[in-house]
Amino acid sequence: MYLGKVVGNVVCSVQDESLTGRSLLLVQRLPNGPVVVAIDAVGAGIGETVYICRGKEASFPFLPTEVPTETSIVAIVDPSSK
Amino acid sequence: MIIARVIDNIVATRKHQSHVARKILLLQPLDLEGQDNGDPIVALDAVSAGIGDRVLVVQEGFSAMTSVGRPNSPIDASVIGVIDLVELA
Repeated sequence: MYLGKVVGNVVCSVQDESLTGRSLLLVQRLPNGPVVVAIDAVGAGIGETVYICRGKEASFPFLPTEVPTETSIVAIVDPSSK
Repeated sequence: MIIARVIDNIVATRKHQSHVARKILLLQPLDLEGQDNGDPIVALDAVSAGIGDRVLVVQEGFSAMTSVGRPNSPIDASVIGVIDLVELA
Protein backbone atom coordinates (compact mmCIF):
# COMPACT_ATOMS: atom_id res chain seq x y z
CA MET A 1 0.00 0.00 0.00
CA TYR A 2 1.16 3.57 -0.47
CA LEU A 3 0.05 7.15 0.07
CA GLY A 4 -1.38 9.22 -2.74
CA LYS A 5 -3.33 12.35 -3.48
CA VAL A 6 -6.55 12.33 -5.48
CA VAL A 7 -5.96 14.62 -8.45
CA GLY A 8 -8.90 13.87 -10.73
CA ASN A 9 -11.43 11.38 -11.93
CA VAL A 10 -12.11 9.26 -14.99
CA VAL A 11 -15.45 8.62 -16.67
CA CYS A 12 -16.02 5.71 -19.08
CA SER A 13 -19.23 5.58 -21.10
CA VAL A 14 -18.43 2.00 -22.07
CA GLN A 15 -17.00 -0.17 -19.31
CA ASP A 16 -17.10 -3.58 -17.68
CA GLU A 17 -20.54 -3.91 -16.10
CA SER A 18 -19.00 -4.57 -12.67
CA LEU A 19 -17.63 -1.02 -12.79
CA THR A 20 -21.12 0.50 -13.00
CA GLY A 21 -21.62 2.96 -10.16
CA ARG A 22 -17.98 2.81 -9.09
CA SER A 23 -15.85 5.89 -8.90
CA LEU A 24 -12.61 5.88 -10.93
CA LEU A 25 -10.14 8.34 -9.45
CA LEU A 26 -6.73 9.55 -10.55
CA VAL A 27 -4.25 9.21 -7.70
CA GLN A 28 -0.70 10.55 -7.67
CA ARG A 29 1.70 8.63 -5.48
CA LEU A 30 3.33 10.77 -2.78
CA PRO A 31 5.70 12.48 -2.66
CA ASN A 32 6.50 12.57 -6.41
CA GLY A 33 5.31 9.37 -8.01
CA PRO A 34 3.29 8.43 -11.07
CA VAL A 35 -0.46 8.85 -11.45
CA VAL A 36 -2.64 5.73 -11.52
CA VAL A 37 -6.36 5.12 -11.92
CA ALA A 38 -7.87 3.54 -8.79
CA ILE A 39 -11.37 2.40 -7.89
CA ASP A 40 -12.70 4.10 -4.79
CA ALA A 41 -13.88 1.86 -1.92
CA VAL A 42 -14.35 4.55 0.76
CA GLY A 43 -15.88 7.68 -0.81
CA ALA A 44 -12.74 9.74 -1.42
CA GLY A 45 -12.81 13.09 -3.21
CA ILE A 46 -10.45 15.29 -5.19
CA GLY A 47 -7.67 16.83 -3.09
CA GLU A 48 -7.78 14.21 -0.35
CA THR A 49 -4.79 12.18 0.80
CA VAL A 50 -5.54 8.48 0.62
CA TYR A 51 -3.77 5.18 0.57
CA ILE A 52 -4.02 2.59 -2.12
CA CYS A 53 -4.02 -1.20 -2.06
CA ARG A 54 -2.40 -2.94 -5.03
CA GLY A 55 -2.77 -6.31 -6.71
CA LYS A 56 -5.47 -8.97 -6.46
CA GLU A 57 -6.28 -7.71 -2.96
CA ALA A 58 -7.48 -4.45 -4.51
CA SER A 59 -10.66 -6.18 -5.70
CA PHE A 60 -11.57 -7.57 -2.26
CA PRO A 61 -13.53 -4.51 -0.98
CA PHE A 62 -16.13 -5.19 -3.69
CA LEU A 63 -16.75 -8.88 -3.01
CA PRO A 64 -18.85 -10.80 -3.89
CA THR A 65 -18.69 -8.75 -7.11
CA GLU A 66 -15.41 -9.54 -8.86
CA VAL A 67 -14.30 -6.12 -10.00
CA PRO A 68 -11.37 -6.09 -12.44
CA THR A 69 -8.98 -3.72 -10.66
CA GLU A 70 -5.36 -3.73 -9.52
CA THR A 71 -5.50 -0.50 -7.50
CA SER A 72 -8.15 0.56 -4.99
CA ILE A 73 -8.46 3.41 -2.52
CA VAL A 74 -8.99 1.75 0.88
CA ALA A 75 -8.65 4.68 3.32
CA ILE A 76 -8.73 8.46 3.53
CA VAL A 77 -5.89 9.82 5.66
CA ASP A 78 -7.04 12.38 8.24
CA PRO A 79 -5.77 15.91 7.50
CA SER A 80 -4.21 16.00 10.97
CA SER A 81 -2.09 12.95 10.10
CA LYS A 82 0.93 13.34 7.81
CA MET B 1 10.25 -9.36 2.28
CA ILE B 2 12.02 -6.07 2.77
CA ILE B 3 13.65 -4.13 5.58
CA ALA B 4 12.16 -0.74 6.45
CA ARG B 5 12.04 1.85 9.20
CA VAL B 6 8.79 3.01 10.80
CA ILE B 7 8.55 6.77 10.21
CA ASP B 8 4.99 7.56 11.26
CA ASN B 9 1.57 6.33 12.30
CA ILE B 10 -1.28 6.97 9.88
CA VAL B 11 -4.67 8.07 11.18
CA ALA B 12 -7.63 7.46 8.89
CA THR B 13 -11.16 7.87 10.15
CA ARG B 14 -12.72 6.63 6.91
CA LYS B 15 -11.20 3.33 5.89
CA HIS B 16 -12.15 -0.15 4.81
CA GLN B 17 -13.56 -2.14 7.74
CA SER B 18 -10.70 -4.66 7.54
CA HIS B 19 -8.29 -1.86 8.55
CA VAL B 20 -10.29 -0.87 11.63
CA ALA B 21 -8.56 -1.56 14.98
CA ARG B 22 -5.24 -2.27 13.29
CA LYS B 23 -2.26 0.05 13.56
CA ILE B 24 -1.39 1.60 10.20
CA LEU B 25 2.27 2.46 9.71
CA LEU B 26 4.16 4.62 7.25
CA LEU B 27 7.45 2.90 6.42
CA GLN B 28 10.62 4.00 4.69
CA PRO B 29 12.26 1.08 2.84
CA LEU B 30 16.00 0.77 3.58
CA ASP B 31 19.01 -0.59 1.76
CA LEU B 32 21.63 -2.80 3.41
CA GLU B 33 23.55 0.28 4.58
CA GLY B 34 20.44 1.49 6.38
CA GLN B 35 19.93 4.35 3.94
CA ASP B 36 16.55 5.33 2.50
CA ASN B 37 15.70 3.31 -0.59
CA GLY B 38 12.67 4.47 -2.58
CA ASP B 39 9.37 6.07 -1.64
CA PRO B 40 7.55 5.38 1.64
CA ILE B 41 4.96 2.59 1.80
CA VAL B 42 1.93 1.92 4.01
CA ALA B 43 1.49 -1.35 5.92
CA LEU B 44 -0.67 -2.75 8.70
CA ASP B 45 1.09 -3.80 11.89
CA ALA B 46 1.10 -7.41 13.13
CA VAL B 47 3.78 -7.06 15.83
CA SER B 48 3.19 -3.74 17.66
CA ALA B 49 6.10 -1.93 16.03
CA GLY B 50 6.75 1.71 16.91
CA ILE B 51 8.18 4.81 15.27
CA GLY B 52 11.92 4.43 14.70
CA ASP B 53 11.91 0.62 14.73
CA ARG B 54 13.63 -1.28 11.92
CA VAL B 55 11.12 -3.85 10.74
CA LEU B 56 10.53 -6.82 8.44
CA VAL B 57 7.78 -6.20 5.88
CA VAL B 58 5.86 -8.60 3.62
CA GLN B 59 4.47 -7.17 0.39
CA GLU B 60 2.38 -10.11 -0.74
CA GLY B 61 -1.35 -10.16 -0.17
CA PHE B 62 -2.01 -13.58 1.37
CA SER B 63 0.86 -13.25 3.85
CA ALA B 64 -0.09 -9.69 4.74
CA MET B 65 -3.78 -10.32 5.36
CA THR B 66 -3.34 -13.55 7.30
CA SER B 67 -0.62 -12.03 9.53
CA VAL B 68 -3.07 -9.38 10.73
CA GLY B 69 -5.96 -11.85 10.95
CA ARG B 70 -8.07 -10.32 8.18
CA PRO B 71 -8.47 -12.84 5.35
CA ASN B 72 -10.00 -11.76 2.03
CA SER B 73 -9.29 -8.11 2.74
CA PRO B 74 -7.66 -5.30 0.73
CA ILE B 75 -4.31 -5.55 2.53
CA ASP B 76 -1.13 -5.96 0.46
CA ALA B 77 1.58 -5.22 3.05
CA SER B 78 2.17 -5.85 6.75
CA VAL B 79 4.91 -5.57 9.34
CA ILE B 80 5.72 -9.05 10.63
CA GLY B 81 8.89 -8.51 12.66
CA VAL B 82 10.98 -5.99 14.57
CA ILE B 83 14.61 -6.44 13.54
CA ASP B 84 17.29 -6.62 16.24
CA LEU B 85 20.29 -7.34 14.05
CA VAL B 86 21.25 -7.83 10.42
CA GLU B 87 24.52 -9.69 9.84
CA LEU B 88 26.16 -9.54 6.43
CA ALA B 89 28.63 -12.29 5.59
